[in-house]
Amino acid sequence: MSEQPILEVKNLKQYFKVSRKFTVKAVDGISFKIMPGQTYGLVGESGSGKSTTGRSIIRLYKPTDGEVIFNGKNISGQMTKEELKLLRTKMQMIFQDPMACLNPRRKVMDIIAEGLDIHKEYKTEQEREQKVYDMLELVGLSKEHANRYPHQFSGGQRQRIGIARALVMRPQLVIADEAISALDVSIQAQVVNLMKKIQKKTNTAYLFIAHDLSMVKYISDHIGVLHLGHLVETGTTDEIFNNPIHPYTKSLLSAIPEPNPRVEKTRKSQSYDYETSGIDYHKGTEHHVEGTHYVLATDEEFAQWTK
Amino acid sequence: MTQSEALKKYQFQPEDFQLAQHRDALEVDQVMPARPAWKDSINLFLRNKGAVIGIICIVIITLFAIFAPMLSSWKYDDINTSIQNISPCAQHWFGTDTLGRDLWVRLWQGTRISLFVAVAAILIDVVIGVTYGMISGYFGGKVDSVMQRIQEVINSIPTLVVLTILLMVMKSNLFTIIMALAFTEWIGMSRITRAQVLKTKEEEFVLASRTLGAGSFFIIFKEILPNIYSQMIIMVMMSIPNAIFYEAYLSFVGLGLPIPEASLGTLINDGFNTLTITPYQMTIPVIVFSILMLSFNLVGDGLRDALDPTMKEM
Repeated sequence: MSEQPILEVKNLKQYFKVSRKFTVKAVDGISFKIMPGQTYGLVGESGSGKSTTGRSIIRLYKPTDGEVIFNGKNISGQMTKEELKLLRTKMQMIFQDPMACLNPRRKVMDIIAEGLDIHKEYKTEQEREQKVYDMLELVGLSKEHANRYPHQFSGGQRQRIGIARALVMRPQLVIADEAISALDVSIQAQVVNLMKKIQKKTNTAYLFIAHDLSMVKYISDHIGVLHLGHLVETGTTDEIFNNPIHPYTKSLLSAIPEPNPRVEKTRKSQSYDYETSGIDYHKGTEHHVEGTHYVLATDEEFAQWTK
Repeated sequence: MTQSEALKKYQFQPEDFQLAQHRDALEVDQVMPARPAWKDSINLFLRNKGAVIGIICIVIITLFAIFAPMLSSWKYDDINTSIQNISPCAQHWFGTDTLGRDLWVRLWQGTRISLFVAVAAILIDVVIGVTYGMISGYFGGKVDSVMQRIQEVINSIPTLVVLTILLMVMKSNLFTIIMALAFTEWIGMSRITRAQVLKTKEEEFVLASRTLGAGSFFIIFKEILPNIYSQMIIMVMMSIPNAIFYEAYLSFVGLGLPIPEASLGTLINDGFNTLTITPYQMTIPVIVFSILMLSFNLVGDGLRDALDPTMKEM
């Protein structure tokens, strides 16, 4: 672990003021690290703050509190011009809805080259075209697609265009915000495999936000379980799947359907209700289980869960 | 038995098999030549017959409006009581009115004024309305609140009051009418623009642009504007007839053009007075007026379709 993490999030908080009296605490103090070339999976139920976390990191929102350190530079407060440029080029995002994330009035060529245009990363028109063609090839499309409009593609192809747009800037970190949730299962597999292939080639790190645990297990090196804006458990994929400590994680894992119908018949899903469980996330502190495995709990809870 | 023996004897030759499909026929995909989007739009526009007819009509009427008064031997304000109310004939192609003025010249002179009002209305709508709506919608928050209140205050003053006040200090002429139009006409446009911008700026592709580091300028002109073109064009095309009607209405209540001047509106109003005796005095300007309105609408429709790439079939 001597390597420097590509992204380090320390105690990130993102509150939204709805009215004078009411504030939504979408993300309430979470910390994690991503190493270069690795995939960090962020899972949790709807409304647990997964997407908000991603958007705060890439600064679509201004974080309320906490630090985000990207490539050794703090990008959570006021940024200098260079830091901003670093953030906007070396950190990219893949969006959830492949239809909504591409401008219907622009050609694929212009959509993919948008980042290049903004940061003027080419000298001649040919160079721009070549970069777009290379990127189309990398994501499994061909150059005849460059002069078409987004509505002429299928969902999977559109998501590939979204990926190409993110990757053309040669980012070090890609935030995939439920990048595969809107696709059907066979296309999900295609896109995930594509992302894995690209990761091998370019050593890009991913922050993979999803609610589909089986997919997260397949792609991630590390997993963070998010609930109500708190990171309740984090560790490597094996640690989380083999030895879940937190009742919420256990309940999530027990909800994964089994492919074997006989096992599936006897599978019992555990229910977990924050209100009645008597657990208070605010009182919990991080407890070290083993390796990189941490869980959010008070001392008594920790003793009880690990018994 | 005989069949299997025959099969054993038979030796396959390389020529026996052929590809079911010619290989070249499979490669239908080809690189589309890179064309700028505006060329696609022009092609699509020209394919729409109605729009082409519309634009031809507008061009012809505009040419007539420019050149007909120059080439005719009559003047639009020549009063000659000896030739009152003549029906269309070789000398006066569209006849004369109650004061003996040649209607052919007056008609095209009137069209000139009406077209001028229409163009002024478009410019006012686009320059003031769209800019105001864009700024208000895109920046939102306090900027939006302040701009909306200002707009509401302006909108609550009746146009007629504005015009009457304007006429106290200015002469009654075309410029005054355009000033009055400028004061109120842009509000509808800015509202539509604002609503569209508010809707579009929350779309994911705008967020995507932002994560790529696009500035406000880039987002407004490259991401939002192309997506709200169609509504803008429809609004502009709707506001042209409105502006022309409004000018006619002002002339009717006596706040518009001074007497010897003509516009399509005043011609129709004058002709209306003697409709039963000299119907041609009203029908001819009404026909020109209708063709003009229809053409603007057709062109508007065509433009909207041409600027929308989802309408294209490859």
